[in-house]
Amino acid sequence: MGVASPLAAYLLVAALLFAIGLAGALTRRNAILVLIGIELMLNAANLNFIAFWRYGPHPEALTGMMFAIFSIAVAAAEAAVGLGLVIAIYRYAKTTDLDQMNRMKG
Amino acid sequence: MSVVFYGIAALTVAGGLAAVLLKNTVHCALAVAVAFAGLALLFLSLDAQFVGFAQILVYVGAVAILIVFAILLTRGAEPVTGGVFSKSWLVGLVIAAGVFAVLGWAVLQSAHALPLVTAAPAVTVQDIGVALVGRYVLPLEIVALLLTAATIGAVIVALHEKERTR
Amino acid sequence: MAAAPISVTLDQVFIVLRDWLTHFLPAALQPFAAVVLEVVAIVCVFPGLFALTTVFERKGLGRMQNRLGPNRVGPFGFFQPIADGIKSLTKEDIVPLNADAVVHFLAPLVLVVAVFMGFAVLPMGRNMVLVDMDAGLLFFFAMGASTELSIFMAGWSSRNKYSILGAMRAIAQMISYEVPLLLSSVTVVMIAGSLSLTKIVEAQNQYTGIFPHWYVFTPWGLASFVMFAIAATAETNRTPFDLPEGESELVAGYFTEYSGFKFALFFLGEYLGMFSISGLGATLFWGGWSAPLSILSWVPSWIWFFSKDMAAIFVFIWLRGTLPRLRQDQLMNFAWKFVLPFTLLNLVVTALWRFMEGGWLRWVVCTAILAGAYVLMGRTGMHRKHFGPRSYRYAE
Repeated sequence: MGVASPLAAYLLVAALLFAIGLAGALTRRNAILVLIGIELMLNAANLNFIAFWRYGPHPEALTGMMFAIFSIAVAAAEAAVGLGLVIAIYRYAKTTDLDQMNRMKG
Repeated sequence: MSVVFYGIAALTVAGGLAAVLLKNTVHCALAVAVAFAGLALLFLSLDAQFVGFAQILVYVGAVAILIVFAILLTRGAEPVTGGVFSKSWLVGLVIAAGVFAVLGWAVLQSAHALPLVTAAPAVTVQDIGVALVGRYVLPLEIVALLLTAATIGAVIVALHEKERTR
Repeated sequence: MAAAPISVTLDQVFIVLRDWLTHFLPAALQPFAAVVLEVVAIVCVFPGLFALTTVFERKGLGRMQNRLGPNRVGPFGFFQPIADGIKSLTKEDIVPLNADAVVHFLAPLVLVVAVFMGFAVLPMGRNMVLVDMDAGLLFFFAMGASTELSIFMAGWSSRNKYSILGAMRAIAQMISYEVPLLLSSVTVVMIAGSLSLTKIVEAQNQYTGIFPHWYVFTPWGLASFVMFAIAATAETNRTPFDLPEGESELVAGYFTEYSGFKFALFFLGEYLGMFSISGLGATLFWGGWSAPLSILSWVPSWIWFFSKDMAAIFVFIWLRGTLPRLRQDQLMNFAWKFVLPFTLLNLVVTALWRFMEGGWLRWVVCTAILAGAYVLMGRTGMHRKHFGPRSYRYAE
């Protein structure tokens, strides 16, 4: 089965990556790997933005590309804070296993 | 679609799959770096040079490094006891498969309506710069504020409180 | 004007040579063959320079330390690199029993490939650039950032405490100094108005009288260059920032467990990193391939680029023979409390320079701000810093 539009191929790759990231975030026990899954999902969304920018009717307006640039910046901030939280929790609970973090109270 | 595209796409997806499936946490982090690099190549194949290089700089150069640092600081590189997947892994897998099915179905259903090959847009780095400080200046400022806040926040969260000995 | 054509031919001799070599091929293959030739040239020239530099470094250090240096192989020991090469190629390649074999194998390859990629955007002479990218500077830094991961791979996969310590130190140092490195280069982009390295060189290739418009001859450019040089030294793990591979405490850090050819690859990667970052510094601040005086423009442009590169390498060697190694906390304090604020201030000064049109006033204002800040932060602020015993706040 051939895909007619190159855009569709990019969208399929992005959908696959998003699903992989989601599966990782939902099934792994290590908190850091959950963060990796979230990063993969964000990246898949970026790929969609860039693909739509490239094949959209108005590439000169740069909308999709700007969205991707801001998304990269925000994702960097998210990774820093998220990993900082994981380290803080590890220091307190001595584990990064999410299945063992089942108490709201210390 | 060219062979190059299929090669890059296969590399990216393989990196992503390895990042999710491998047992050793550090291997996962290295695999995700491969996926990030593959995505950057995909951006380059879409004529988005600036975003592609920014992707390598931010993700391979900073986020992947942050991840391996966090893994080593939390002793995540040591072998885990009792499986790497959560107890509710089947539910997660079903949800992810469902999401992919819906997305893929939507893309394939609308594939005939999507535009075919178009000419590469002539966008220079200068255009991006002008747009960033022109039309998108408010989001730019907000992102700057967000990054500053995130830096301070990350430092405060990860800061080890000193025990008072006096 | 009989001399002009000869100097032009000499200037473009490599381009002419490339075109002559490719014209034997069918027209469809010519662009591809040209790129292949250029890549082969880069891959041959810089390792050749690396071999020369090792012997010059050892002899130069020997001179600075009142000893002879290598003098056994060939005339004055100049064939030493050949002996070293044969030695490293014929030695047994040892992989530790516990090592992560795949990652251990990939680390040196990733390092060397990433470092070589950086050369693709450096203009080494008039019309001598492999790819003239619109975002060339960004590409260079993206490739530089990729080397960090290979260092981690080397340190972690060796399963050796010295290696992992060296790798963690190297990464912490490289991340800390990458920020000032980028910020000090951004000033040049602000003035030149382009991320393309060829355009940056062309902007500097103008003369007032006989003196060039190099950015290092402006207050902000000088400040940027000094910060860039400090950060570049730290990025390449050279003395005084060679903590990650301090032989006396870490037995060469992240490549302790490498031997034979892989060790040689790390060595090569490190020196190629020095060449590329020196080339970038020369391109950004010292006019790249442009001549230092307009009356010297007849000298081929590539000679200027490579002499500037080699001069920078000499400074690296000189520093190695002169300065002691910094301690980890001194290194971090210096990066975050002095270099980073100073580069941030320099960004503001550069913007001021850009918008104060002409005249001597902007020279006075910009110099005054930078000198004042240097005195305040560098002299007064750091003067009474008694670096006490280290406190381990982040490591457990």
